[in-house]
Amino acid sequence: MTTTPRTLLEKIWDEHLVCSPEGEQPILYVDLHLVHEVTSPQAFEGLRLASRKVRRPETTFATLDHNVPTTDRRLPIADPISAQQIDTLRHNCQEFGVRLFDLGDADQGIVHVIGPELGLTQPGMTIVCGDSHTATHGAMGALAFGIGTSEVEHVLATQTLRQSRPRSMEVRVDGILPHGVTAKDLVLYLIGKLSTEGGAGYVIEYTGQVIRQLSMEERMTVCNMSIEAGARAGMIAPDSKTFDYLRGRDHAPRDFDKAVARWEQLPTDALAVYDRVELFKAADVVPQVTWGTNPAQVIGVDGTIPDPANFSDEADRSSAIRALEYMGLESGRQVVDISVDRVFIGSCTNSRIEDLRAAADVVRGHQVSSSVHAMVVPGSGRVKRQAEQEGLDTIFLNAGFEWREAGCSMCLGMNPDTLSPGERCASTSNRNFEGRQGKGGRTHLVSPAMAAAAAIAGHFVDIRTWHYR
Amino acid sequence: MQPFVTHTGIVASLDRANVDTDQIIPKQFLKRIERTGFGQYLFFDWRFLADGSLNSQFELNHPKMNGASILLARRNFGCGSSREHAPWSLADYGFRVIIAPSFADIFFSNCFQNGILPIRLPEEDIAELFQRASRDQPYRLSASLETCLLTDDAGFSRSIEIEPFRRKCMLEGLDHIGLSLRQSKSILEWETAHGLADSKAV
Ligand code: SF4
Repeated sequence: MTTTPRTLLEKIWDEHLVCSPEGEQPILYVDLHLVHEVTSPQAFEGLRLASRKVRRPETTFATLDHNVPTTDRRLPIADPISAQQIDTLRHNCQEFGVRLFDLGDADQGIVHVIGPELGLTQPGMTIVCGDSHTATHGAMGALAFGIGTSEVEHVLATQTLRQSRPRSMEVRVDGILPHGVTAKDLVLYLIGKLSTEGGAGYVIEYTGQVIRQLSMEERMTVCNMSIEAGARAGMIAPDSKTFDYLRGRDHAPRDFDKAVARWEQLPTDALAVYDRVELFKAADVVPQVTWGTNPAQVIGVDGTIPDPANFSDEADRSSAIRALEYMGLESGRQVVDISVDRVFIGSCTNSRIEDLRAAADVVRGHQVSSSVHAMVVPGSGRVKRQAEQEGLDTIFLNAGFEWREAGCSMCLGMNPDTLSPGERCASTSNRNFEGRQGKGGRTHLVSPAMAAAAAIAGHFVDIRTWHYR
Repeated sequence: MQPFVTHTGIVASLDRANVDTDQIIPKQFLKRIERTGFGQYLFFDWRFLADGSLNSQFELNHPKMNGASILLARRNFGCGSSREHAPWSLADYGFRVIIAPSFADIFFSNCFQNGILPIRLPEEDIAELFQRASRDQPYRLSASLETCLLTDDAGFSRSIEIEPFRRKCMLEGLDHIGLSLRQSKSILEWETAHGLADSKAV
């Protein structure tokens, strides 16, 4: 029997298709459902009102991350509305029998950091979460995407999701990344090329020599930001790196070799056809810095702030004018001349152990500039402990960084970690929207190494010229 | 869910591209655990000045857009976070229809869960609508899911493209979960085929 060649996406889709009722959207089975405190309360409340249960609580995992303090966890939460939201998730998990990684739990952390770390995220799975950066999990060869709260309720009740079949886009990057260029720079570069809506309606599969060479942490950084190009999901075919990463993790399959044999069938077949293909060269990528208020407004660190007059598209031009005004920048200014007030190293994009190692390498033997307030927020309790075992906390603390507890923190500033109006921040997070890190705050997205260097120098630095000690 | 058959209302034009969900409803308002009451916070950082007074420069605060229930915007509306608080705040403020050249995927499906009709139109049609809405008088449009037409009373008429399933759900105000639970048998069969069904109640 011959089978039609299929992409990774098609294989996972076909496997999880429950049914396509006549005239309705197809129903897709969900293997893993991740839940956090901000987008779930109304979903649990909906279940309660309709006297419904969680269909498979054992595949549903919850964590507290978006709205939690990153300071001393023994202290009570100052904001009563935040405290209520946190208590609501605790109560809901207890009532519906869902495992919660609570604040005191050693494994608590950002939902997209702990999923892979605990081995919950596995190749070939369908994974959803009420959070747009669920795409992160695609790095393990899963189909993972963000959903709204009504859909969270739908998944809780039915363990399925109504979903129209997405189109597939191959984003192939050939060659090898130049010295000093990281996975973060690569994905920012790709978003700049694809635009913030270039991926709408598609699931991106990243392929090519560069992608194969990336570590699992780096692959997660790339997949994480797929949503910033408008794509619902990003994915990377599993390979021996994926299997090595998973082996021995808490929730990895018990019969691991059998699972690997299954996972080895997942990669896109040689003759499979994507709906769209975009090709890029790694050699073209330099360290990136965003200058505007969406992640596609990005340039190389060796560049200058663009002139909106040069944008041919009317909407792009007016966006750029607004963005420069909000960011307090003039066209023609050298990126390396822009000084920063704050530095944030963290978020589900860049708070894993490798990110902290890269930042610590830059920081070692230096001091944070006297004009900069810098903080490191590990992505999870595990990352934090690992970093402390390696002495990274000492490097950061000695240099003048704050060393915090795990959570989303200043990625979205729902907790007290926010920018003040006008403050300029070099941030390793994923969104530079107006007010994202605090009303009036100005966010520049960069890699962990670039953020660390900006903390030391007080302004952006081309990391390719950094003096490592 | 409230059914959507036809809706006629005043158009508010928001001449911006890439309006993200952080602007639609800023994060400080996501701490609430209810589904309602978000309208007062819609576009908060744009609508209000630092001292809490209305920002008269912001489009939606223009007197002619008072009571608007149809929002007209540029491309990639609703990009960013998956927060359903965005459609909740738009609906609570009174919007039933949003018209733009394109929408972000998650926002687009979230609208349908909340009785808001997102309408995609080609850039030229959007430009035409901005033109028509730019006059001094309040500008009205009608959207009908029965006829699948978007019309004004001065000759503008375009068809509304919508997936048949979504149209049916909107017209009848169907409960999505209830609808899917009708497929419980197929779900259980899938679970059985994948060795997951052991203890599951039907
Ligand atoms: S770190 Fe930021 S982007 Fe990631 S889940 Fe938290 S808030 Fe969302």
